[in-house]
Amino acid sequence: MVVNSVHWFRKGLRLHDNPALQEALNGADTVRCVYILDPWFAGSANVGINRWRFLLESLEDLDSSLRKLDSRLFVVRGQPANVFPSLFKEWNVTRLTFEYDSEPYGKERDGAIIKMAQEFGVETIVRNSHTLYNLDRIIEMNNCPPLAVKNHPIVEMNNGSPPLTFKRFQALVNRLELPMKPLPTITQEQMSSCRTKIADNHDEHYSVPSLEELGFKTQGLDPAVWKGGESEALERLNKHLDRKAWVASFERARINMCSLIASPTGLSPYLRFGCLSCRVFYYNLRELYMKLRKHCSPPLSLFGQLLWREFFYAAGTNNPNFDRMEGNPICVQIPWDHNPEALAKWAEGSTGFPWIDAIMTQLRQEGWIHHLARHAVACFLTRGDLWISWESGMRVFEELLLDADWSVNAGSWMWLSCSAFFQQFFHCYCPVGFGRRTDPSGDYIRRYIPKLKDYPNRYIYEPWRAPESVQKAANCIVGVDYPKPMINHAEGSRLNIERMKQVYQQLSHYRGLSLLASVPTIQEEAEPPPTDDSQASSSTCESPPHTSSAQSNTLKRGRPSEPQNTQTCTHTKHQHTSTAKGDQQQDQEQQQDQEQQQDQEQQQDQEQQQDQEQQQEQQQEQWEEQSEHQPVDLQ
Amino acid sequence: MKRVKGDEDACSSSSEGPTESCKKVRKVQPSKEEEEEETDVDLCEFGFDWALLPQEILLNIFQFLPLLDRAYASQVCRGWNQAFHMPELWRCFEFELNQPASSYLKATHPDLIKQIIKRHSNHLQYVSFKVDSSTESAEAACDILSQLVNCSLKTLGLISTARPSFMELPKSHFISALTVVFVNSKSLSSLKIDDTPVDDPSLKVLVANNSDTLRMLKMSSCPHVSPAGILCVADQCHGLRELALNYHLLSDELLLALSSEKHVHLEHLRIDVVSENPGQHFHTIKKSSWDAMVCHSPKFNLVMYFFLYEDEFGPFFREEVPITHLYFGRSVSKDVLGRVGLHCPRLVELVVCANGLRPLDEELIRIANRCTQLSAIGLGECEVSCSAFVEFVKMCGRRLSQLSIMEEVLIPDHKYNLDEIHWEVSKHLGRVWFPDMMPTW
Repeated sequence: MVVNSVHWFRKGLRLHDNPALQEALNGADTVRCVYILDPWFAGSANVGINRWRFLLESLEDLDSSLRKLDSRLFVVRGQPANVFPSLFKEWNVTRLTFEYDSEPYGKERDGAIIKMAQEFGVETIVRNSHTLYNLDRIIEMNNCPPLAVKNHPIVEMNNGSPPLTFKRFQALVNRLELPMKPLPTITQEQMSSCRTKIADNHDEHYSVPSLEELGFKTQGLDPAVWKGGESEALERLNKHLDRKAWVASFERARINMCSLIASPTGLSPYLRFGCLSCRVFYYNLRELYMKLRKHCSPPLSLFGQLLWREFFYAAGTNNPNFDRMEGNPICVQIPWDHNPEALAKWAEGSTGFPWIDAIMTQLRQEGWIHHLARHAVACFLTRGDLWISWESGMRVFEELLLDADWSVNAGSWMWLSCSAFFQQFFHCYCPVGFGRRTDPSGDYIRRYIPKLKDYPNRYIYEPWRAPESVQKAANCIVGVDYPKPMINHAEGSRLNIERMKQVYQQLSHYRGLSLLASVPTIQEEAEPPPTDDSQASSSTCESPPHTSSAQSNTLKRGRPSEPQNTQTCTHTKHQHTSTAKGDQQQDQEQQQDQEQQQDQEQQQDQEQQQDQEQQQEQQQEQWEEQSEHQPVDLQ
Repeated sequence: MKRVKGDEDACSSSSEGPTESCKKVRKVQPSKEEEEEETDVDLCEFGFDWALLPQEILLNIFQFLPLLDRAYASQVCRGWNQAFHMPELWRCFEFELNQPASSYLKATHPDLIKQIIKRHSNHLQYVSFKVDSSTESAEAACDILSQLVNCSLKTLGLISTARPSFMELPKSHFISALTVVFVNSKSLSSLKIDDTPVDDPSLKVLVANNSDTLRMLKMSSCPHVSPAGILCVADQCHGLRELALNYHLLSDELLLALSSEKHVHLEHLRIDVVSENPGQHFHTIKKSSWDAMVCHSPKFNLVMYFFLYEDEFGPFFREEVPITHLYFGRSVSKDVLGRVGLHCPRLVELVVCANGLRPLDEELIRIANRCTQLSAIGLGECEVSCSAFVEFVKMCGRRLSQLSIMEEVLIPDHKYNLDEIHWEVSKHLGRVWFPDMMPTW
């Protein structure tokens, strides 16, 4: 039987470590590599020009790599659901392969395509390679009782909720076997056995579009700071490892002026688009560490960034409302303000705080900012100063930030606005002090806000405090040439800390005077460390502390763990955790499950809502009781 | 159609608890017709005459139901409708006033508000208003307040959930609404009016009508109140146990008034110290006034939140202050923290958002040494060397029930790296402890 494969690129824009692409090639007679995009949609989508440019460059790079293997990339214009039927017929396709997408929207889209493929008699093969681990497996483990009790007849509590603290996540990962080893790059030999004839007019139909074709004006566009593509990614990976090897220290570097500027060894956009395989990065780091550290197994902290990414993917995979506050079971409901003008000032970088404005300018111009810079602007927009919803900030990042992935973006915003993953909220980044500590010279500000370049260091983070003479001498009058600060930070943070306290106290039912004790206890953190640690534990340098589980349970935050269930993710109780994504049948089952699940979920959501309301009521009840018996009630 | 069939064919008891069956009713209310029929049959089978349920039991059940569900239930029969309006269910109410343009949250329905004013305003005792950032919402709150003429509130809270919108109202408008409650209630015990344009004359009205009952007054950031205005409250309301205000209202006279013989022991005093314009000068409070306070109310908590520039701390912590809970909202110098260690022997909780570029080592050790009550500490952007941090924890030991520091500000040194510190600190605390983490992204 003839096998005509189509590999559908979405993320995973690479030829190295691409298991789904390998499957496409495996025993095939012809293989076509396809990317589907809708030029009409491009202009209207909430994706900025830098992100499109990065994508197009990545596609160009993919095309040129495929040319070297005597093949080409087929960029098909349209929507997947519309173009596949005709492609299936036209190319007589028998096999469709693509990388697994863990995000709810992606799962839904892929489910529909798989169903359609089946109707056309096309086999689909899906492989996981965008994340290190199988996320469903992590979620499954999260819901299993500790290993020690596993053989006990007690049923597994399989309720599909993801780990909600990074520590818990790390503990689960520690119990997992190492990620799958990366696969080699596609070779000439592999390709030659399934070469597809390329039509002479290929470029007419299937070329990578230009930014102009997508409706962007490119006049006056600055050259890209981050060049998209697998080749660039691999070059950067080498530089990245060289630097690590040269520094020979795997400690997290202190942040300074240099770390704020886009580095030629930065990798995050490449991981986002899959120009670089996270597993390749993982194993390269691991090997380097073991080489330099005499075969000592690396600690998890070595993979910090990679693991955070996994953490947020896992948190978002079963939660279609992960990117919003309403209807999102892990998100604390906070009465954010609607304030379009203030939001616009923040997004445009005209807040009047040079530190914030410089970061937002860098983001808009280059598409990347340091993670601490992200913390600074996210905190300023939300709980720190402006009290505007994290959802608005997330959308701006989605437009501008090259490495903004749905899960990671939403998850990080929830984290930074203290909307989920319970953490201390007392700490607000000061829009003046934080910048000054990071870069006392102010050169970062001067680079992105040239108007302020002649300000002395002393005033560059707060130009409004400079005497008029200084402002004149610097040729930049605050209020004329550069905006006045849009908010009194002292006053804003006073108000906001009270509000956050109010919100958190309501969750934790804590009514004392302590600010730190207002944060609800996280129950999952209290779970004892696994007793059976032999399996796949890479932590040879570590041993668990000898505190009993009971102790950790009650003492984590100094208070007994109270019944705290308003915000834990209970809505996925009915989830079937089907772990395999390989074959078609299972995928289909999964989809059916999803449909059922949705119904169930809806029902459950309603129930949950009712429960929540009830709980609020009870809370009020308590409040009432309290006000009757004690004078203290209006916390 | 909402009437449950059980009315006619009455039978004796049911095996199912009332709460449970009630839940069943509640669940199907908003759903489809057929389902409702089914439930009717169900209830018939149990043969329970719902109308005979004693009011006290009904009340008990209703108290567990959210308002919306009670409203649904009230349509079932006359008895339930009466139960719905029982005064006990209307003692406590939270008005949520939000505009669709300025808030994500839903608002209390205007019809419900009308109904409450009409039928239940005399039942209300514990009332709060949650108001979003729009002036309309603040105005709406004032409208309701001014209609509460026959109420006798014990508790009133005006809470701005976003920007302080009451401040945008014309002062006279706000005052006249608020004084309606002051004048009519006569038994106000708790009042929370932070960030509002309340002024001295209105406080006089409050005192004139509620001086015997007032126990709690929270009025942080009320710019129209003067030190004399708050002094009048302290002088007359001898039952006042809890007070929150801004530093500019704090005076030696106030502290002396609060520690006069006639006055009950104060429980909490919360002071916000906010800088309005850079370089502001702050007055000082005499040590003798604080001493009088401590002498009169030995157990009182003094909570102070500072939002100052580093160069504005001059007058603070020069002498002993009986602070128990201390929060620094922005960067504070090593020098000031050093003074905290010297002069705050009653300190229970210390939260520092940020300090300068040099590590806080000696200051922490001094605090551990001198502040023997300290049981909670939170450090944001405050660099500390790992060994000083461990030493600090060791000195405080298990009394540290709250310990929070960002991982990225712990500086590894020759003694401990970041992995080791977590074991070491856990050991001294007697529980598993980790530094706080922020995502790297």
